[in-house]
Amino acid sequence: MIDVKNLSKSFGKLEVLKNVTEHIDKGECVVLIGPSGSGKSTFLRCLNLLETPTEGEVIFEGVTITDPKTDINKMRQKMGMVFQHFHLFPNMTVLKNITLAPVRTGLMSKEQAEQKARELLRRVGLEDKANSYPAQLSGGQKQRIAIVRALCMEPDVMLFDEPTSALDPEMVGEVLDVMKQLAKQGMTMVVVTHEMGFAREVASRVMFLDGGVILEKGTPEEIFTRPKNERLRSFLAKVL
Amino acid sequence: MEQYTAWKAMIIAGEPASTWQKFYVYFYQAFLENDRWQQYLNGVVTTLYVTALALLLGIVLGIIVAVVRTAHDQQLPGRHNPFLGVLNAILKIYVTVIRGTPMMVQLLIMGFVVFASSRNYVMVGALTLGINSGAYTAEIIRGGLMAVDQGQMEAGRSLGLNYADTMRFIIVPQAIKAILPALGNEFIVLLKDTSLISVIGGKELLYAARGVVSRTYEAMYPFLGAAFIYLVLVMLFTWLLGIFERRLRASDRR
Repeated sequence: MIDVKNLSKSFGKLEVLKNVTEHIDKGECVVLIGPSGSGKSTFLRCLNLLETPTEGEVIFEGVTITDPKTDINKMRQKMGMVFQHFHLFPNMTVLKNITLAPVRTGLMSKEQAEQKARELLRRVGLEDKANSYPAQLSGGQKQRIAIVRALCMEPDVMLFDEPTSALDPEMVGEVLDVMKQLAKQGMTMVVVTHEMGFAREVASRVMFLDGGVILEKGTPEEIFTRPKNERLRSFLAKVL
Repeated sequence: MEQYTAWKAMIIAGEPASTWQKFYVYFYQAFLENDRWQQYLNGVVTTLYVTALALLLGIVLGIIVAVVRTAHDQQLPGRHNPFLGVLNAILKIYVTVIRGTPMMVQLLIMGFVVFASSRNYVMVGALTLGINSGAYTAEIIRGGLMAVDQGQMEAGRSLGLNYADTMRFIIVPQAIKAILPALGNEFIVLLKDTSLISVIGGKELLYAARGVVSRTYEAMYPFLGAAFIYLVLVMLFTWLLGIFERRLRASDRR
């Protein structure tokens, strides 16, 4: 589904990603772990071109999205993204937040989008917040709305960039529950997170990044109980 | 009227007059004699007319300049649009020249050089003020656009919205709320700067006051009167802006 070929990204002189090649299959839940500055977020953001790779290719559903001639907006409609700091639109109600993109991109009519939005809101237990503004919500609620907003575009893949890192500890659970539900339904997911519990329980594959390269990858079992790489072992010793 | 004539004769003859008598005479002379208040009123109408025209032109110019410059700065590396580059350079020169020269000089150049043959001083004045205001408004709007969290743009684009839609529905509404105080300030400055067009013959409020001064040889009441009218106008608009601002803040309420 997603093919990453020889992906490199530099910010000025700093090389954040070094020649990464990876393949992500449909229905996988890939979790990226690693210390901060290892390039996990940059890798994720290169997948939908929020960062422009310095070199290499990203191919999504057979389309080379790194090609300047590709209509990136069309491709992004199929790739939902959830951010660490939610980035809900503060000037709109929750319902408008969710329905803006599907309506404006012509994916759905206003009625269809609102119906879909309410159905998704019900699924995450926030149907009563449809007419609230983001400022009236807690962090956990905001993040669940952000997930719904991305889902309303009916994407083929969901990218999560540290979705629980900015939350109060007691709100992490409610967001992770929504993500688990999503993984169970077979959504293709790429998740950058520090929640090792989530990685162990939900991931179909875990990748450990450090210094801009994937040092080790495997099933959660392999990564967490039989880590081979020395760097991974010391990382896990610190975070577990 | 009769009282005015009598008391005025007293003052001219050098006879002692009470404060009230002096006030009455000078006030009457500055505002009521020969229905002079009509000149002030016409001046106020022109002032408001010029302000409205200049404001409109300034905002239109400001939005164009700000959006082009922001769009130019936000292009992805390797995907530069050459047309946008040229436009950006031209607009940068515009902002530099307008901000780098005094308003009064711009008015004199427009009035006596560029449009030397025009008799429509009010329109020339409004045009000049609008062009001037546009350069400042552009920077205010650009500041507002840049002050919106970069994540808002990313969130909009990650949903598949194009640049224009993200700007229109997400960035600009938030920017407007943030720049409203600065924009209100620019509006007030503009309103007061309309007084400058009297130098090229625009018949606005200060022009009317100066006319009265040159006819009566009394400066205090006409000028204080003009100042008072400007003050009232500014206070009125400040109040209206406050109402508008409160309405825009509806989404911040918890």
